[in-house]
Amino acid sequence: MLQDIPPHLYFLLSGILFTIGAIGAITRRNAIIVFLCIELMLNAVNITFITAGNLYNSLDGAIFVFFIMTVAAVEAAVGLAIFIMLFRLKDTINVDEINLLKG
Amino acid sequence: MSSHIWLIILFPLLGFLINGLLGRWMPRKLAAWVACLSIFASFAVSASIFLEFLALPPAERILDLDIFPWIVSGDLQVYFGLRIDALSLVMCLIVTGVGFLIHVYSAGYMHHDPGFVRYFTYLNLFVFMMLLLVTGNNLLVMFVGWEGVGLCSYLLIGFWYEKDSAANAGKKAFIVNRIGDFGFLLGIFLLFVSLGDLGVWTLKFSEIAPHATLLDPAVVTWITLLFFVGAVGKSAQIPLYTWLPDAMEGPTPVSSLIHAATMVTAGVYMIVRLNFLYSLAPDTMFVIALVGVLTAFFAASIGIAQNDIKKVLAYSTISQLGFMFVAVGVGAYAAGIFHLMTHAFFKGLLFLGAGSVIHAMSGEQDIQNMGGLRKKLPITYVTFLIACLAIAGIPGLSGFFSKDEILWKAFSAPQGHTIIWLLAAITAAMTAFYMFRLLFTTFHGQCRASEEVKHHIHESPRLMTIPLMILGFLSLVGGYVGIPHVLGGENRFEKFLSPLLAPQKQLAASGWDISFISQAWAATTASPHETALEIALMALSVLLAAAGIFLAYHLYLRRPGLSSDIAARYSGLHRLIENKYFVDEIYDRIFVQGVLRLGRFCARFVDEGVIERFVNGTGSTMNALGGLVRRVQAGYVQGYAFGIIAGAIVLLAYMTLRPLY
Repeated sequence: MLQDIPPHLYFLLSGILFTIGAIGAITRRNAIIVFLCIELMLNAVNITFITAGNLYNSLDGAIFVFFIMTVAAVEAAVGLAIFIMLFRLKDTINVDEINLLKG
Repeated sequence: MSSHIWLIILFPLLGFLINGLLGRWMPRKLAAWVACLSIFASFAVSASIFLEFLALPPAERILDLDIFPWIVSGDLQVYFGLRIDALSLVMCLIVTGVGFLIHVYSAGYMHHDPGFVRYFTYLNLFVFMMLLLVTGNNLLVMFVGWEGVGLCSYLLIGFWYEKDSAANAGKKAFIVNRIGDFGFLLGIFLLFVSLGDLGVWTLKFSEIAPHATLLDPAVVTWITLLFFVGAVGKSAQIPLYTWLPDAMEGPTPVSSLIHAATMVTAGVYMIVRLNFLYSLAPDTMFVIALVGVLTAFFAASIGIAQNDIKKVLAYSTISQLGFMFVAVGVGAYAAGIFHLMTHAFFKGLLFLGAGSVIHAMSGEQDIQNMGGLRKKLPITYVTFLIACLAIAGIPGLSGFFSKDEILWKAFSAPQGHTIIWLLAAITAAMTAFYMFRLLFTTFHGQCRASEEVKHHIHESPRLMTIPLMILGFLSLVGGYVGIPHVLGGENRFEKFLSPLLAPQKQLAASGWDISFISQAWAATTASPHETALEIALMALSVLLAAAGIFLAYHLYLRRPGLSSDIAARYSGLHRLIENKYFVDEIYDRIFVQGVLRLGRFCARFVDEGVIERFVNGTGSTMNALGGLVRRVQAGYVQGYAFGIIAGAIVLLAYMTLRPLY
């Protein structure tokens, strides 16, 4: 059944998800939402990989996805730890108020 | 024989090194001995060479010795070399002889000075440099000596450097001399380049001389004029003479040695040394004679109204140097050197006598506070009188022979002119007047010193009076080496120098060839008509000198009040002369203030306005640019993310949309 859906729709879905994620990551103020948006972008990329792997009858795409998911899990752990530390430091996780890198 | 001529310059150098390096651990007496003996040894060597020379035929009286290669660069090959010939030997004898006497005198004069050893160190260095100047066999060695004596002059004028006026006078002398030295250097360059164009790359006198005639006359005129600029600076002629009166801030023996007897005559020596060039440039000769006679006249007129004993002598020195330039300017080189020698005797003596007076008067230099010292300083008085008679040109004394030779040559030489003679003769009368004014106000009449000073007046110690007596003797008899033909002599002095001197416009092609001597002699063998004229002019100049002396006697001894009456009647003129024609003030206004103003302008507009703005502008531009770029780095991570994504989109767009070829 899945084979019946033409690949370009998968790519389209991936693109839409990625764009939503990117816009969300740039525009949202809540750090956790930003974080979720990044996860969304990662998963949009995953869809692309799977689709492409399927299209060319290769497992490479699936292997990439496993790596990405692993990294995403690690990232989630580290990212959440960072947010907790930030919250302790500044009493907020609003990214607009976190501008310690300002030159 | 030629191998030991370097001993002449070695001894003063050794004296300088010993006193300079070890002097502070030596007793004062030893330092004075070292200094005096080193000069005496040098004098002895010069004298021995002189005796050897007398035994040789005139053409062989040249010792040229290249000691070591100094600057070797392509075509330019300069050796550190010395040359002793009749001219440099005369100079050596003057420098070491008079120098020795002044060294001995200084040992007495500077006895109480805390800088005793330093003084003798400088003095020995000076003699070394002066000897280098006169014995160098090429222009560069001469230039080293030239600059070296300038340095020593600066050091010794500012010897009492705690005194502001002395330090300033030293600086003034140094800076004014730089102007002249600049001309001298340019002259060397121009000579070197123009000779090089002819394929002769050399700076040696003995190699320049044979090729001088090959040069373009216009170029020779420029070269000689540039050299003359150097002489004007060093020998204190118009317009660069102002440093010499100020140089009197130095110790009096220094004024005597450097600023009367030797260094200031270096310009005359240089012109005579390069006479083969000057004889080819009649225009330059005219300029020299003109500058010389104007300086002589001008300085003598200032000397009339000065009241500082040393200032009178300083202006007198300038005036007498002017006489020497008249001599070389009309081509009478031997007469110029002759006057240089007798002047070294009597002017050196006058300064030493003045030093003796100042010593006795506890440092007083104003002749208005002196008077009647004749009885208290008999030796100083007699020697001073001899020197005054000599400089005034009283027959029988040294100055008479040399000065009259110059006057006669100014009148009779092809380059001479009646106007030049007239001005020089008037100057001679003025010289007699101001010298005897000085003598009468200082040594005759009532003593006008304060009681305390009067109490201390005493004749100087023997260390000082013996040099006075020797110089007095030389001033008396020094002229007899050059008795002119008209008085039955044979002018041995001129004969001694003549192998080196080019007669007017007939330089032999082989340079130092002596065949032209006979021609020169033929020219000087006077016709009876000329003899009568020469004797008449001689009598006239003696009359003028006597008139000057009598006038001084009348105004300052017989009718003491009269001079101030006259001064009051012509108060404008008197003020003008007393203030040295305000030349110092004019120079100050135009040049010193001008340079200061230029400096301020540079500081304010060029430095602050241009350079500083440029430097600061670089910094602030970078700052402003940074301020612009800084805004991008706002610290919002989302902004950075946007940048990354936008960049990625642009890249993607470019990759997809670019034409596929």
